[in-house]
Formats: sequence, structure tokens, C-alpha cells
Amino acid sequence: MGNEFSKEQKSSEVIVVTSGKGGVGKTTTSANVGTGLAKLGKKVCLIDTDIGLRNLDVVMGLENRIVYNLVDVVEGNCRIKQALIRDKRHPGLYLMPSAQTRDKSAVSPGQMVKVIEHLKEQFDYIILDCPAGIEQGFQNAIAGADRALVVTTPEVSAIRDADRIIGLLEANGFKKMELIINRLRMDMVKRGDMMSAQDVVDILAIPLIGIIPDDENVVISTNQGEPLVGGSSPAGQAYANVVQRVLGKEVPYLNFDRGISFWTRVSGIFHRA
Amino acid sequence: MCIMRHFFRRKSSCQIAKDRLKILLISDRVNCSPELMELIKTDIAKVISKYMKIDADNMEIQINTKGSKSGRGGSKPVLYANIPIVDVSAAQDLALKQ
Repeated sequence: MGNEFSKEQKSSEVIVVTSGKGGVGKTTTSANVGTGLAKLGKKVCLIDTDIGLRNLDVVMGLENRIVYNLVDVVEGNCRIKQALIRDKRHPGLYLMPSAQTRDKSAVSPGQMVKVIEHLKEQFDYIILDCPAGIEQGFQNAIAGADRALVVTTPEVSAIRDADRIIGLLEANGFKKMELIINRLRMDMVKRGDMMSAQDVVDILAIPLIGIIPDDENVVISTNQGEPLVGGSSPAGQAYANVVQRVLGKEVPYLNFDRGISFWTRVSGIFHRA
Repeated sequence: MCIMRHFFRRKSSCQIAKDRLKILLISDRVNCSPELMELIKTDIAKVISKYMKIDADNMEIQINTKGSKSGRGGSKPVLYANIPIVDVSAAQDLALKQ
């Protein structure tokens, strides 16, 4: 790919993954987008900004290798380099874990910006996993970012919170905000029991960057501590496409509508009875 | 289930969600509480009923957006009022009595 040259000129990009509501897939998205970019040869630093409730380390399968964390860096207990965990499976992928025993007030937005400025020198992409909510943790996570991936599911509560988050990002001067619709179920959309991706995009009115189907492989990959991006599973393929779009490439959306298999139908009849 | 729904022409849950969100997000975005909407409604009813006989119980007011479907960016919010008039001929009499 001929962008070795452009990489020289382009400074690194800082992306925050946020949603407002908890449990919609911020951490899964951070892990998969980060891993996907690293698989394509980018130097990526994932930062878990959820102080007190860290999760990105377990989703990445790196929980046993934590020595120092983000709060240690901010408080000067260690150098930035010491807190970075290198993912041995993918060269160029690093994780800065969060502190489990502290709370959000341990770090300020100003301190976050400083840490990010340092990391920018070494990395192509810095991905911040934002905590749920709109309080200090959110403010910390967005402080140093210049691009936001807003994750939502096709549910009323998640969309409402995403709308609020988009409003807050706009108020904070964000220009680049893109939407990821997670856990979409085509069978339910077809039945008229779930909002379609188009419905959600119409409501939230920001550009779409990914549709992730509801896929049990996400649970399996989290169990194993290995992001599924790039694999053959529907969610793995969808995340690989998100990664391409993050890099600015145009990729058509996958068609998840494979129809319901014969056996699903048959077992459905028995379950209903 | 689907056939039953088709027969009774019940709204799909997707449509219900969209309708609910439409109203919800507009009031979230303009930061206008339902209590405030209720106050605006009673005041409008009071003013209009000075001039004509209206059905205040069945009137509806709503903050909506003009033009495009989505509220963000372009279009400004608009206050819509739907006020059923009971008697138009009473309008002039009432107005003149004031």
C-alpha cells in the first residue's frame, strides 16, 4: 500500500470510542478496531480511561501483564513506557491499562492531554476507551481526542444516550464523529421489531462507519481474550470493515441477511409450542 | 403473531420506538421538560378560548422540526399546536364581549 509516504507527513490520530450508555460495546469496539489497525501494520496504543472499572485489559487478554497503569503515569510513579503493555500477538499494538483501585478524579483532562501528546510521537493511532456516563471520566477521555466513534445499539435507551453524547461532543468542538451500530439483528429488523441501521442513522444524523451484527462469537472471543477482528465470523468481518473505513477507505456494507436456516425455523416451532 | 399483527394493523414495535424517540430527542435537544410543555399548553388554550370555543382537552402541542427528518444541525425546532375548534361562529361573539 502506497501510504508509507503519507504516513511520514500525517501526524497520529487520536480516536475516542464512546456511547453514553454502558454495555453497548465500547470496549469490544476499542479492542477490535485497535487490533485491526495493528494487524494492518499500524502502531497502535489502546488506552483504557475507565478508572475504577477497567475492562479493556481482560477483553484484550492482557490482564496478567499489568504492572503500572494510567494513574501511575499521571502521578509520576513510572515512565509512560513502563505502563505500556506490548501485545505479543500483534507487533505495534500496546495497551495502557487503567487503575482498578482508584476513581475518576485521579486524572484530570489536562493530564490526559499531556500523556496523549507524549504517545503521539510514537504511535499512528491512539484509541481511548471511554467509560459510560457524561461525568469526569467522559471529559478525561475526550480531552485529547480529535475523532470520535459513537457506539450505539438499535434500542431506544442507547440511542437517546448516544444523541446526548453527540450533543456534548459537538459542544466540545468535535468535527469528526462517526456512528457504529452494534448488535443489529436482521431477523428482528425484518419482522419490524428492531430499528434498522438506516432508522438509527436518520435519528442521530452523523455519518455511519460500521454496522456490527449481533454475534455470539463476540462473547466467545471475550471469553478467550482475543479480539475477533479479521476472522471469518460476521462480527469479525464487520469490524475489519470498520478498520478499513477508519483508514479512510470506502468499503461496502456486509449483507447479514442470510435468512433464517431451516433448522432454526424448525426448532422455533417447537419452542413456541 | 405476525399474521395477527397484520390483521389488526398494530404498529410495529420498531415504529413505536421511532415515534417515541422522535419526541424524546426533540425535548432532550431543546431541553424542554414535559411540565413546561403542559404550562405552555394551558396558557395557549387560555388565550385562544378568549376568541373562539375550543376543545382544550383534545388539543396537542409538540416541539418538532421543520423540513428535514433529523433535528441536528440544519433545521430549527418549531412549536406545533393542534387545537380543535368547537364553534367558529362563537368566535366573533366571544371576541366582541371582551
